[in-house]
Amino acid sequence: MMGWLDHLPILPVVVPMMAGALMLLLKDSRRKALTGLAYLSVSIQLAVAVTLLIMTAGSISTDWNNDIGVYLLGNWIAPFGIVFVVDKLSAVMLVLTIVLGISALIYSTAFWDRVGIHFHPLFQFILMGLNGAFLTGDLFNLFVFFEIFLAASYGLLLHGSGSRRVSSGLHYITVNLIGAFLLLISISLIYGVTGTLNMADLGVKAGMLDAESRKLFETACAILGIAFLVKAAAWPLNFWLPNAYAAACAPVAALFAIMTKVGIYALVRMGSLLLPTGAPAAFGGEWMYAIGLGTLLFGTLGILAEKNTGRLVGYSIILSSGTLLTALGMPGVTLTGPSLFYLISSVLTTGAFFMLVELIKRTESFGSNVLSVSFEAFGLDEDKTSDYSGDVVGVAIPAAQAFLGLSFFTCAILIACMPPFSGFVAKFALLSSALELTDNNLTGPSVSAWLLVIAMLVSGLATVIALGRSGVRLFWNSDTFQTPKLSIREAVPVSVLLLSCIALSIFAGPVMDFLAETASSLDDPSQYINAVITQASTKSVGGL
Amino acid sequence: MEIVYSLAIGVLAGSGIWLLLRPRTFQVIMGLTLVSYAVNLFIFGMGRLSVGAPPIIEAGKVVDISNYADPVPQALVLTAIVIGFATTALYLVVLLALRGLSNTDHVDGTEYNS
Repeated sequence: MMGWLDHLPILPVVVPMMAGALMLLLKDSRRKALTGLAYLSVSIQLAVAVTLLIMTAGSISTDWNNDIGVYLLGNWIAPFGIVFVVDKLSAVMLVLTIVLGISALIYSTAFWDRVGIHFHPLFQFILMGLNGAFLTGDLFNLFVFFEIFLAASYGLLLHGSGSRRVSSGLHYITVNLIGAFLLLISISLIYGVTGTLNMADLGVKAGMLDAESRKLFETACAILGIAFLVKAAAWPLNFWLPNAYAAACAPVAALFAIMTKVGIYALVRMGSLLLPTGAPAAFGGEWMYAIGLGTLLFGTLGILAEKNTGRLVGYSIILSSGTLLTALGMPGVTLTGPSLFYLISSVLTTGAFFMLVELIKRTESFGSNVLSVSFEAFGLDEDKTSDYSGDVVGVAIPAAQAFLGLSFFTCAILIACMPPFSGFVAKFALLSSALELTDNNLTGPSVSAWLLVIAMLVSGLATVIALGRSGVRLFWNSDTFQTPKLSIREAVPVSVLLLSCIALSIFAGPVMDFLAETASSLDDPSQYINAVITQASTKSVGGL
Repeated sequence: MEIVYSLAIGVLAGSGIWLLLRPRTFQVIMGLTLVSYAVNLFIFGMGRLSVGAPPIIEAGKVVDISNYADPVPQALVLTAIVIGFATTALYLVVLLALRGLSNTDHVDGTEYNS
């Protein structure tokens, strides 16, 4: 007999899907119904995600094996059917997604959900794809969910139209389509070699391959890794990112902040499952580390050179991807917990920053953020387009300027990982655990640990310089300054995200403990594998 | 059969990649289409090639499964076709929108006169 709690893992996918489908039936003019439905859907998702998180933490008694919930779709046992698996990592990512989603949704209701059609259904579908990608335990199903949120993201990126969005959208779609082909090639190759698509089963079967098949398997994994690295915005596969993210309207860009982290999640998940049988190149080990360092370097140079604030945030996303890849590429498990902490903090911050950047743009007249020299040198034209959202109808909150300044300052501190907020806690934990890692034959920290420390500190310094510079231009430029109008619906989500970062710094201890537990369960994938393989199908009782 | 099959995949993928690297949007979409054909064939080939082997086993019969085709790649290829079709259609719309907005079919939306 299944209690209602057993059906929770499927809800993060079903709820947004049904909500999105219902919204398609409503005209865009019925805004009240649409937003009501959207709020209802995200509230349910938040409740479900938080409950799942508590369940994986073991605070609600379940019959879950090692606090890992396995949901058999259609009651087919693994590896024959598709399974949904909720472990600590998935649950954390689900909560993160929905917190970001709710903030972006509130923000969008101020202006952006009206500038084009079908904003709300697409928004629900992107949430569905993200949730599904975090939950699924099947490789092909992972591809399908990737495509779902990517397809929705294509629509959302183009939301509001305009030649800049269409042009960067074209590049974005092309890159992601090629990424999808790589994913398909690798998945089918993996199936051809191992005969399974279930990720847990794959972890078992990968160890039983003979030498020749193993080579083919490693090739497949390398292609899979490339596909994930494209999503994770790793250098040199990330040139599409700054343009695409800067072109997207603010709430969409905020939601996009988590999309690169799906790639990281997929790398971590597959790397964890393939670890006992020797992780292939792209998943952990030297390659991921080297790529991470390259990404950090690229991001550092990019953020220093960039003058457009939207693209600046894009580069800070690349920096966070680089930091994560470098840290996760280090040997051992001690860095995984702090990396996850950094991931949470950076997603919340960059999400808030994308929204903030748009609000701040209202204060400036054109060109105030560009050096007058480069103005002439590059012959920049006026590009204040119809996207300008300064005419938002809303209650102008008093001291809007103070709010913007304070939020920008907080964001900058968070992104640059300066004390006292969560960014600092994360980076400090990363650096200290990197230095504690000792080489096998040396007594001190290894060379790679020192490189990691240097790269992270330099990128942090570059971020401080870049953000300080744009802060000066944006806020201390009195002759071109306009006092912005701010709707309360735009101020609330930014504050929510920043306050959750501050809460994250205050409760850093318990959160870090939980993430360390997450990391150790990732290090021991046999729990995950056992939970999936041994999950028995449910006997139907009383027609249920 | 394997040689012909893999040659077909190779030719499709090769021409597709060449077209993908071209600067015109129409060439890029043709390239994407060709590569997606190659990928679909590749997925299908991963289920091992066979002639006249049904993918469905009749219920209640004891059978030798080596006489049957693997149904999973066939299911995968169907899904991949559907997704590829949808995204190509979307891409076509974006392509036309860019053509309309920028008056050029260059992928960057601007002509480079060299």
